Amino acid sequence: MSFGPRPWQQAHWDWRAATNFICGGTGSGLIMVLAAAWLDSSEARALLLAGAALVGIGLTGVWLEIGRPLRALHVYFNPRTSWMSREALASLPLFGFVLLAAATGAHAWTLCAALSALAFLYCHGRILHAAKGIPAWREPWVTPLILITGLAEGAGLLLAASAGFSAVAAPTLTVFAGLALARILVWRGYRARLSRHCDRRALAPLDAAGGTLWWTGTVLPLAALIFAQFAPAAAAPLAALGGLAALGAGWSLKYALVTRAAFNQGFSLPVLPVRGAR
Amino acid sequence: MTRWAMVADLRRCVGCQTCTAACKHANATPPEVQWRRVLDMETGEYPNVKRTFVPVGCMHCDDPPCMHVCPTTATKKRADGVVTIDYDLCIGCAYCAVACPYQARYKTDRASFAYGDAMKNEQSRFEERRLGVATKCTFCSERIDAGLEKGLTPGVHPAATPACVNACIAGALHFGDVEDPASNICVLLAENQHFRMHEELGTGPRFYYLWDKGQA
Repeated sequence: MSFGPRPWQQAHWDWRAATNFICGGTGSGLIMVLAAAWLDSSEARALLLAGAALVGIGLTGVWLEIGRPLRALHVYFNPRTSWMSREALASLPLFGFVLLAAATGAHAWTLCAALSALAFLYCHGRILHAAKGIPAWREPWVTPLILITGLAEGAGLLLAASAGFSAVAAPTLTVFAGLALARILVWRGYRARLSRHCDRRALAPLDAAGGTLWWTGTVLPLAALIFAQFAPAAAAPLAALGGLAALGAGWSLKYALVTRAAFNQGFSLPVLPVRGAR
Repeated sequence: MTRWAMVADLRRCVGCQTCTAACKHANATPPEVQWRRVLDMETGEYPNVKRTFVPVGCMHCDDPPCMHVCPTTATKKRADGVVTIDYDLCIGCAYCAVACPYQARYKTDRASFAYGDAMKNEQSRFEERRLGVATKCTFCSERIDAGLEKGLTPGVHPAATPACVNACIAGALHFGDVEDPASNICVLLAENQHFRMHEELGTGPRFYYLWDKGQA
């Protein structure tokens, strides 16, 4: 680690922390999209459980990262100000409601699970925003970016899974396309507003991930969906391809954001000391 | 109300790192952990280059982001402004470390010693409870507290003053009560122009840098 005045990449949060943002985002996004799609089938219940499992994998990643894993329950001690505590608290009803929804099939529980998932995903965004030491994270647009990319990933996963299970419903395609477009717009807004304190070395991986988000996460899936309209026989594999491409691009963006663009702002002097006689 | 603060006179600091060594000695921090460190900053282009030595560490902010983000309440702020960490509550999530704009926090997961095996002094001062948790400058709060109990004045009497300030060979580091207009540091702040690091972030750091004499 460099201790110099120039910004350097934080080394405290690595792929394990990124796993939480990646899997937790996709899982909570999937739960919300499932609730919005009003699906009622054994496949939908399986996907609900898969969403909760993804959230669980993400939280396990964080648990693997903390220095004192046996004290993990201390994470609930500060919901008054800490978004990490709030995230942990939001996960509890999320798991509970998903289990209830999967067990009973009642859509009311699915809606409750979706509300918990929304709270969980919002906490993700605010966790990054509250990290004042990292210019790429503290930008306020990071919260809508995390929200929309989680939703788009969830929709992508639903699309891919639906293509595997059965014919993809038109509303699912529309929601997915809308979220993919909204994600790229929010990304553009976020990227344009990154503060002048953001180091060029932080912007480089973000721009690379942004390119992936555009071509792989937006253009390719939308082109696949359009092409599928003219080739019904290939509709299912094309939908799966589009969904997985959108999912992968979102994961790539969040991995870059957490592990590669997380440069601090270093130190700088607004004025230099005046030595000797003037 | 007392508010402890530190003042670094950038015109005086010679970058000798004695404060860093004194801090390591006083707090028995492991290798690569420097609660008080001195940056060596070069500005300008040859031949008009200036070199400035800048002591940094925990700024014991008025509104510390590390405290707000801490999920365990391990990071707290005392009434006198000193930001503390309860090593027995901390889970070592390092959220505070990424929230700190001054890179003042460290997390050491494994015991490490200067020359591999622990020397006798390292063995005797090793604290297992500091492993896997966040650590940082404490403003030598135990010295402040012990000194105050004896009726001493932090920043004036060495026994009540942080080790880095005591050790400074150039008289660049000062410590005192920023709420007391008659304190040593308030006099320095009144007589000199000063700034605080990354003030635009609104954290209210309690570490002031003197850079020029006061304007007439």
